[in-house]
Amino acid sequence: MAANPMYQFNVYRIGPEIKINNIDISFTNASLFMVISSLAILIIFNLGTKRSIIPNKIQLLAELSYSFISKMISDTAGSKAKPYFSFIFSLFMFVLFCNMFGMIPYSFTVTSHIIVTFVLAAFIFIGVTIIGFIKHGLGYLKLFVPSGVPMVLLPLIVVIEIISYLSRPISLSVRLFANMMAGHTMMKVFGGFVVSLGIVGGWLPLGFSVALTGLEILVAFLQAYVFAILTCIYLNDALNLHH
Amino acid sequence: MLKKIIFQFLALSLIFAYSAQSAESGGMPQLNPEFWISQIFWLVLTFGLLFIILSKFILPKISNNLETRKSQILENIETADKQREETEKKVKEFDKIINDTKVEAKNFFNSERQKVLDDINNKRLSLEKDIEKEIIKAEEEIDQLKKTSQEKITKIAIETSSDLVKQLIGEDINKSSLSAIVEDLSKKEMEKHNGI
Repeated sequence: MAANPMYQFNVYRIGPEIKINNIDISFTNASLFMVISSLAILIIFNLGTKRSIIPNKIQLLAELSYSFISKMISDTAGSKAKPYFSFIFSLFMFVLFCNMFGMIPYSFTVTSHIIVTFVLAAFIFIGVTIIGFIKHGLGYLKLFVPSGVPMVLLPLIVVIEIISYLSRPISLSVRLFANMMAGHTMMKVFGGFVVSLGIVGGWLPLGFSVALTGLEILVAFLQAYVFAILTCIYLNDALNLHH
Repeated sequence: MLKKIIFQFLALSLIFAYSAQSAESGGMPQLNPEFWISQIFWLVLTFGLLFIILSKFILPKISNNLETRKSQILENIETADKQREETEKKVKEFDKIINDTKVEAKNFFNSERQKVLDDINNKRLSLEKDIEKEIIKAEEEIDQLKKTSQEKITKIAIETSSDLVKQLIGEDINKSSLSAIVEDLSKKEMEKHNGI
């Protein structure tokens, strides 16, 4: 069973079965890694809040990530997005830490499950839409009518814009989920090759595996960054309506 | 954009079809809805708590730290600027003081030299006057001495000549005639001596 590359994505119950009104909310390995990631974020960033003028290493890390995300938000969504800073910061850190914890062998990658990424993306989509309607009222619908388009093309463009808007949560969630799943599956497949080819022919897939690990760490960071920056872009659409 | 969307829909439908086909034989555990509710519940719980703790407790501290550091740096730069200006002012003052003292010293030196020179001049003048006076006095004295010495010489000559005559002849000679002779002789001698 361990040879099945999809086996690593199995969710299984840890501890007793918890049911509220016949709904299963048991603690699973996915829940465990969500808790571990959140705790790691909290511990690292709490260590980084010491009040010293010259920062130590952890404080420097915390402050660098703070200014990194702050700069990302102000670059993509402008100064109006300041109130949503802590949400985007939490989002980025959560996705990043889940991805990175997934890189540890025998661990579980929370973000490789479509349901997790979809809930995050759907929450962002609904939140951004609500913010847009609160800020601009029905004028937010102007988002679907780009300026400077010939009248003939307008019906088509509006339909495309609406579809593209509605597909945002899907594209956002599938991007992260598929990247994570594909990368981990590939590493597992190459790992299986190493085992099945043995000491004679296993070196090539082992080298691939090592290279893939590096690539996957890059992808883990990049996908977290993309997830956060797309959230910023959607937020920018909702805050500064200029299409 | 449209291409991407179509591609994504295709991929999704493929994934769903694949999962429907191979739901029994393992397939993708991601599409097994057994633990979906549990995952959503735990995601909302952990992410919600993470968001609340980060936004309420940790991020304000970090931003506060960054702000204080920024303001501290600005403050330090300001004080450094102020101190530099003060230093420049002090250096200018110092230069001014040195210049002033130099000028003062020069003035003092000049005035003192002038004073000393005046003093020397005055002293020399008074000394010269004194010397002149002394010279005049001495000249007068010399004149007087000249006069008196002639009379004395004549007298001594008369007396010695009378004594000589007395010793030679053994008789007193009339003094008045003797004096006349001596005076006559001494006059002649004096004229000879003075080159007249």
